[in-house]
Amino acid sequence: MSGLEQRIQDAVRGQTQPTVTVLSSLLAVEDELGYIPKEAVEFVAGFSNATINDVWAVASFYPNFRFEPPAEHTVDVCWGASCHLVGAMSIFKSVLEVAGLDSEGDTLDKRLTVKFNSCLGACSQAPVMALDHHLAGRVNPESAAENVSRLLERDGHGP
Amino acid sequence: MVLSFVEIGLEADSRWQELTAGQRPWIRIGTALCGEAAGAFEVADALEMALADQSVSAEVSRVGCLGLCFAEPLLDVQLPGGHRVFYGNVDAESVSEIVSVHVAGGTPIVSKALGYLAEETSLAPPPEGIPDLKQHSMKARENRIALRNAGNIDPLDIYQYIANGGYQALYKSLTELNREETLEEVKASGLRGRGGAAFPTATKWSFLAGNAAADKYVLCNCEEGDPGAFNDKNILESDPNTLVEGVIIAGYATGANKGYIFIRHGHDGPIERCRAAINQARELGFLGENIMGSDFSYEIEIALTGDSYVAGEESALMEAIEGKRSMPRFRPPFPAQFGLFGKPTNINNVKTLSYVPEIVSKGGEWFSNIGHDTSTGTVILCLSGNLKYTGMIEVPLGMNLKDVIYDVAGGMKDGKVLKFLQTGGPLGGVLGADNIDVLLDFEVLRAAGAIVGSGGLIAADDSTCIVDLTRSLIAFCQYESCGKCFPCRMGMSHLLEVLERLCRLEGTPEDLALMQNIGVNMQAGSLCGHGQLGFNPVSSALRYFGPEFDTHINDHSCPTGTCLDSRYSPAASRR
Ligand SMILES: Cc1cc2nc3c(=O)[nH]c(=O)nc-3n(C[C@H](O)[C@H](O)[C@H](O)COP(=O)(O)O)c2cc1C
Ligand code: SF4
Ligand code: FES
Repeated sequence: MSGLEQRIQDAVRGQTQPTVTVLSSLLAVEDELGYIPKEAVEFVAGFSNATINDVWAVASFYPNFRFEPPAEHTVDVCWGASCHLVGAMSIFKSVLEVAGLDSEGDTLDKRLTVKFNSCLGACSQAPVMALDHHLAGRVNPESAAENVSRLLERDGHGP
Repeated sequence: MVLSFVEIGLEADSRWQELTAGQRPWIRIGTALCGEAAGAFEVADALEMALADQSVSAEVSRVGCLGLCFAEPLLDVQLPGGHRVFYGNVDAESVSEIVSVHVAGGTPIVSKALGYLAEETSLAPPPEGIPDLKQHSMKARENRIALRNAGNIDPLDIYQYIANGGYQALYKSLTELNREETLEEVKASGLRGRGGAAFPTATKWSFLAGNAAADKYVLCNCEEGDPGAFNDKNILESDPNTLVEGVIIAGYATGANKGYIFIRHGHDGPIERCRAAINQARELGFLGENIMGSDFSYEIEIALTGDSYVAGEESALMEAIEGKRSMPRFRPPFPAQFGLFGKPTNINNVKTLSYVPEIVSKGGEWFSNIGHDTSTGTVILCLSGNLKYTGMIEVPLGMNLKDVIYDVAGGMKDGKVLKFLQTGGPLGGVLGADNIDVLLDFEVLRAAGAIVGSGGLIAADDSTCIVDLTRSLIAFCQYESCGKCFPCRMGMSHLLEVLERLCRLEGTPEDLALMQNIGVNMQAGSLCGHGQLGFNPVSSALRYFGPEFDTHINDHSCPTGTCLDSRYSPAASRR
């Protein structure tokens, strides 16, 4: 068994809650790997007594799942209404500029994933972004760009 | 051997006594999502370092949110036997000074203190020259019931919850009241659901109580995908024990044998704190077999979902717990007959269930005397947008919305003028500035074209373009449509197309009629509230700001000049 397959199996089998489902198994894989490889879809199907189609149906429905390894670092920028009102669009502009991207996605060198988030849950500190899942609020275009540059100076290991 | 509840209570009291009036100062720092975003974790680390560097001994607790989000990072120092003195917007530098002057030196830094909160049991005089935080506009009109412990206790320590009256309600239910009498108290309270529809909670519970099936479930809905709402997650972070106790009592009153708390994956703070509350409750015998020596047995499990706003709809939520796509079900059958895994089920919002312990402790009648008409109790509002004070408040229903904005939240930031309020999440509506002289009451607000909904209250100043904000709300609704029924799936896409055209100043007069037409069809032909209510952002915007839409269409100009700025939304591949 490959190392990847081992990690998938450990993540899925290692769930401790009583209610284990296709969705909970996929979330466990995402936590472990940061994405859902083809092998995970196959394993979760066998493990849950479901078809590969069933598992894809769930995995493709929830936009948090991705199907290729994430970049080294992930930046989420909120586009929810509270953030929109206080300048979220200018934050996007500046973050995308630093990343060299037109819209959300991965940079070519796979160092950075930029994601749009519909609410990071800290609306009272808008505009809000998250750097490798750590929240930063009350940002402006300059501080947002600095945050990203500082993040890129660090080594990262995916999720 | 499990300790009796009385013994646990004594232990909790002595620990609390030690914290508030023991040998060491107690420092509490707010670390909910709002605190984290303001840099509270860095400040907490700096605080621990400053204490170590200066060899000062103090108890440090990472608490939840006091509601004063605008002042975060927010920490307070309580010297043994004294009152709590708060410092707002602290950073690593000010923390070091607070440690040396106040914690070690014993004198509050008057010039930097935001205010003080009196410790009830303290005999010490109030700190001189520091304002009473209770008089702050964000606090003065509050009546904290569900939030009574938020920001005061360590959410990871169930003993602190118990020392503040926690689990008294469950004890009372199990020892003094039976299941019916517990339900009676909730009925007498007039409590209505805080998840959006304001349905009477006791009526919903009685459907489940009346079903004699062996397996029955209580579901707590903490999906909370609405931009602008964070009160459910905040309760989980600030006082998860209140919610857990509420979920247990709901199980007792309805005769259920299991509860599920449903949270969106990735919100680690709320999830971990909720998990700790459940585990600690189990250790103390408040969950499991024969709770507190009674014949009531009950378990609670946390179920996680992927990113999906519609997963918050009650039947979609059950699909997600079953591990499927979160797509709403046809009804009937209703959840009380055929719910999660086909078993009878009751679904409530986090806030709804968080009221229950206090209702049982103090009696339904007490709760029913707070509020306005049939909107009893309080409302928990998340204040965001261009306000002077942003944060989270719990005020009695029946308060005037105008007062919330101009009095409590201090009006608009930077001397700007209010243009509109967006209330109740993306499916709610907007209210023009001239129309906010309304009472916070489920019916009154609905008649005005807005809803209390999830409690999100987003205030926009006059630099905001209503067409652009409407486009943003519909972009969210379009992105989140689950796709099961075409009036919603296609209607949202068409609405977004039209609104994008208006924002490019390329709209035509026919576009308004086109939107109305789409809206009527969405309302009539959609399976769940997402499609049925999804036209609200547009209809309410047109109701209050028709002329601004006309200017975009007829004069091809945007009065605020913001419509043509670059706009971004999620990649087409994710829509
Ligand atoms: C699209 C959609 C999303 C919803 N999201 C939530 C949610 O995030 N949290 C919630 O409590 N209720 C949500 N609801 C309402 C629930 O369906 C349900 O009415 C509520 O959880 C019942 O709780 P209550 O009786 O305590 O209000 C949503 C409804 C719709 C139509
Ligand atoms: S109304 Fe929209 S969200 Fe609701 S079931 Fe239909 S497509 Fe899905
Ligand atoms: S809307 Fe941006 S954090 Fe909630």
